[in-house]
Amino acid sequence: MKARSTTTTAVLKINDEDHAVAFPVHHTLLEVLREECGLTGTKHGCELGECGACAVLVDGEPVLSCLMLAAEAGDRNIETIEGLQRNNDLHPLQTAFADLGATQCGYCIPGILMLAKALLEREPDPSEGQIREALSGNLCRCTGYNRIVLAVQWAAAMARGDDWRPPPEAFHSTSLPQASA
Amino acid sequence: MPKSDSKPAVKASKDNPELRLIGTPFRRVDGRTKVTGQLQFADDLSFPRMVYVKLVRSTVPHANIKNIDCSEARKMPGVVDIMLGEELPVPYGILPVSRDEHALAINKVRFVGDPVAAVAALTEDQAHEAALAVKVKYEVLPTIDSIQTALKTPEPRIHEYGDEGNLHKKVSLEFGAVDEGFEQADVVLEDTVFFQGNTHLPIEQHAAVAVAEDEDRVTLYSSTQTPHYVHRALARVLQIPASRIRVIACSVGGGFGGKTDPFNHEIIVTKLALKLGRPVKATLTREEVFYCHRGRHPVLMNLRTGFRKDGSMTAQHLRTALDGGGYGSYGVASTFYTGALQTTTYTLPAYRFEAVRAFTNKPPCGPKRGHGTPQPRFAYEIHLDKAAEKLRIDPAELRLRNLLPANSVTANWLEVGSTGLRQCIEAVVAGSGWKERYGKLPEGRGLGLACGAYMCGAGLPIYWNHMPQSGVQLKLDRSGGVAIFCGQAEVGQGSDSVLAAIVAEILGISLADVRLCVADTDLTPVDLGSYSSRVTLMMGQAAMQAAERARELIAKAVGAQLEIPENYLVFADNRVFYSGDPDKGLSFSEAVIAAEARFGTLGTTGSYTPPRAPGRYRGAGVGPSPTYSFTAAILEVEVDPQTGLYNVDHVWLAHDIGRAINPVLVLGQIEGSVYMGLGEAIMEEQEFRRLPKRLSPSLVHKMPSLLEYKSPGFHDMPEITSYLVETDDERGPFGAKEVGQGPLLPIMPALANAVYDAVGVRVDQVPIRPDLVLKGLQAKAKGKEARVGPANFPEIDFGDPVLVHTPEQGGDGRAVDDPKAKRRTGVGSSTGTMKERDQALKEKDSAALTTN
Ligand code: FES
Ligand code: FES
Repeated sequence: MKARSTTTTAVLKINDEDHAVAFPVHHTLLEVLREECGLTGTKHGCELGECGACAVLVDGEPVLSCLMLAAEAGDRNIETIEGLQRNNDLHPLQTAFADLGATQCGYCIPGILMLAKALLEREPDPSEGQIREALSGNLCRCTGYNRIVLAVQWAAAMARGDDWRPPPEAFHSTSLPQASA
Repeated sequence: MPKSDSKPAVKASKDNPELRLIGTPFRRVDGRTKVTGQLQFADDLSFPRMVYVKLVRSTVPHANIKNIDCSEARKMPGVVDIMLGEELPVPYGILPVSRDEHALAINKVRFVGDPVAAVAALTEDQAHEAALAVKVKYEVLPTIDSIQTALKTPEPRIHEYGDEGNLHKKVSLEFGAVDEGFEQADVVLEDTVFFQGNTHLPIEQHAAVAVAEDEDRVTLYSSTQTPHYVHRALARVLQIPASRIRVIACSVGGGFGGKTDPFNHEIIVTKLALKLGRPVKATLTREEVFYCHRGRHPVLMNLRTGFRKDGSMTAQHLRTALDGGGYGSYGVASTFYTGALQTTTYTLPAYRFEAVRAFTNKPPCGPKRGHGTPQPRFAYEIHLDKAAEKLRIDPAELRLRNLLPANSVTANWLEVGSTGLRQCIEAVVAGSGWKERYGKLPEGRGLGLACGAYMCGAGLPIYWNHMPQSGVQLKLDRSGGVAIFCGQAEVGQGSDSVLAAIVAEILGISLADVRLCVADTDLTPVDLGSYSSRVTLMMGQAAMQAAERARELIAKAVGAQLEIPENYLVFADNRVFYSGDPDKGLSFSEAVIAAEARFGTLGTTGSYTPPRAPGRYRGAGVGPSPTYSFTAAILEVEVDPQTGLYNVDHVWLAHDIGRAINPVLVLGQIEGSVYMGLGEAIMEEQEFRRLPKRLSPSLVHKMPSLLEYKSPGFHDMPEITSYLVETDDERGPFGAKEVGQGPLLPIMPALANAVYDAVGVRVDQVPIRPDLVLKGLQAKAKGKEARVGPANFPEIDFGDPVLVHTPEQGGDGRAVDDPKAKRRTGVGSSTGTMKERDQALKEKDSAALTTN
């Protein structure tokens, strides 16, 4: 038999709160967030770095938490979906995603929101191309992506205090064109 | 008393222009929990003393199990129990006709991934390690790896049941005078087409947690679309009364049909929880999700249609062969679905449908978004494109000429009520500039059109019964809050929001005052689940009925208290008030207090049972639906003639939604369908490969990872223009139809047609991979036929056809050799419309129309 894992301890700083945790050394940040800290908002779709569902921010940078050992995350500043809202107020990204129907099953959304947050911090007025590029490592099986891109644009506008909104056809049907005779 | 100038209040209904919520975009009721990380999916649950299960899965595709040695594994650290098949001897399966699965294999395995043992341990790591230490000896049997092999290899049989050899199901149906139809045709067209299998790929891996509550009471939390069917399967396999089992469907992280079967891991954790008296959890790895599959069947098809010069059709003959994988799953239904809806879009006077589903040593196939319909729809819509060219009729015009009129009964006895397909085609034709641009774009650029239709709920439940298919209960009390109980499962499609909105609209309250309790078999009335696009229509109707009954009670009480006739009361803005003087009224909670005082504790129920469809032949149970949705789509594509690589630039899609309950969610379903359709059309393949024979007899998934199984990403999506056509269907709640599946159907054929318009290459198979386009281009350059696709359809004996006279022929929906069959005479039977049928019914003219 292989030697079984040893356990280690760490104090993880997650969403500005300290979590003292003990875990097997080989466990990933994803596992420790979900299993030791009870922060199940961070999801998994592969645990192989392929889907992006597990993305969190570490020192402001996007990280796939399934590919990072929790043991490496001590002394770092970890941000997860649970820390996105301020008290009971939603972050503009959350408002935009909820109101635009950019979340369907919602399973891929925590990862996407964290990446979008990092993007907006870097680039308050991102182009469509920049948004697609920033999120291109994440898979969503429900939405078809376009609505997510639009929601990020909307959130960016909200965060800048700009009153730009997605066009009406993002909420209603495009009005039926008249059939040419 | 009412003032003389006041009018009775208009109730919230589809005719009421003053709907406040229905038709207006609103934030989905689970929207907030889905952006905050608050919502718990099945794998997010954990309980004290919970143990973890890993399944030992077969490494060979087809074998007898000689021996399972667990001695080593039992000694491993943390191992609590190891369970083998003998402990769960009762077979199960979603369809009563194919209960061919065991939670853990007994004596035999049928595909790589078939579970043979379950290891429970204190941690997931320990369970994993111990599972690796379980040694299984197999006696390997020949591998059936394809439809063709199954046809040629009746022995050894993968299953001991089924129509013959390794053919699980054979279907042969003939509606009307098919041969005569072909004789009358000016042009007969034939196509052989292949649609590769693909998989749902939900981002959430399946997970299930069971918690024992007593010696014989247990709760299962699972990522399932069909808690009711899981409930039934558990009662059957565990042999304990269903009343002792509680199944709660957690919010599902994407289903698309992939979480509609009862799964072995669900049964195993429930059994183990009862055995061990502690919570048990299983979460599948991504690789396991690929192997439990139940996705799109690979289907080989041959389609032959007779056309007159004017484009009208005289007859159609469709043959399909499905690669079913190792178990039945929904396969018998899938087999019928490869033919059933073929008649719903265009008028087909005579139709022959033959099908066969083969067992193969691969993960079982089942329902994926569109269930059995996308494959023949692909064949049909590219076939029509070719016919249009041959007949020199514009493809849009050809379809318009053939449109099935509203209120028709089709050749195979489906009642098609409202149809907005004409408006759909007209919308995308106008929106895309089709008339000016189709066939006229520069080389390399093209437009393609295709249509589709889908059910709004399967007319029949999966097991035969006379009970409602959806039930809703309301609980109202003095708080003014309304609790809604319903067995439906939210899988991301927005069914919770539809449920809440319908009740809130009818009672005139805000969504915030509505509480939902759903998908809990202990607490909620049965709804059959989230499949066949049934929820909006069926649950919606049940919710309307429950809410209307509550409104009636409240109106009685308020009317009496304020001395206003009930029908002059308006329910709106969280108030109940007099239509002639809005100031005269009560708040909604005061109104409920009045009703509670008068009638006692308040609760109402609503239920929905679909109308019975007219078909009475064997197989008529698959295809009927209360109504059908319709879609038309046009894709614009740019193809690089050097490489075959292409880009879809724009999709125009119009969908007959009946009535949009929440347009923003309807648009989301359309976009998601376009996305999933493009994935299937361009790249997705559930493919298998043999390992080198000297190393292993195995047949394994070619790419069981999210990286290797190619699916579209953020960079791959075209612009989408969506049009909603509202036909206000009389059978839909507030007129609504489905949108979750229909819009996927036209995408694949529209792409094939667009590629043809762009470069003149016909790819008669899905996915339309760029290398196939290139192959076609190279053939074209050499002056050969610029077509890529299967060469021929195998010789198959489908058995003797069941002959059924069509409505037009005066049939009665029964097979001709059915002793009860009668030909209808008189009463305008020749038109075969729903109206005529109703008329005949009223006059009790035709004995056999509804009686049975
Ligand atoms: S779970 Fe980390 S990338 Fe998929
Ligand atoms: S919303 Fe379901 S996977 Fe993205």
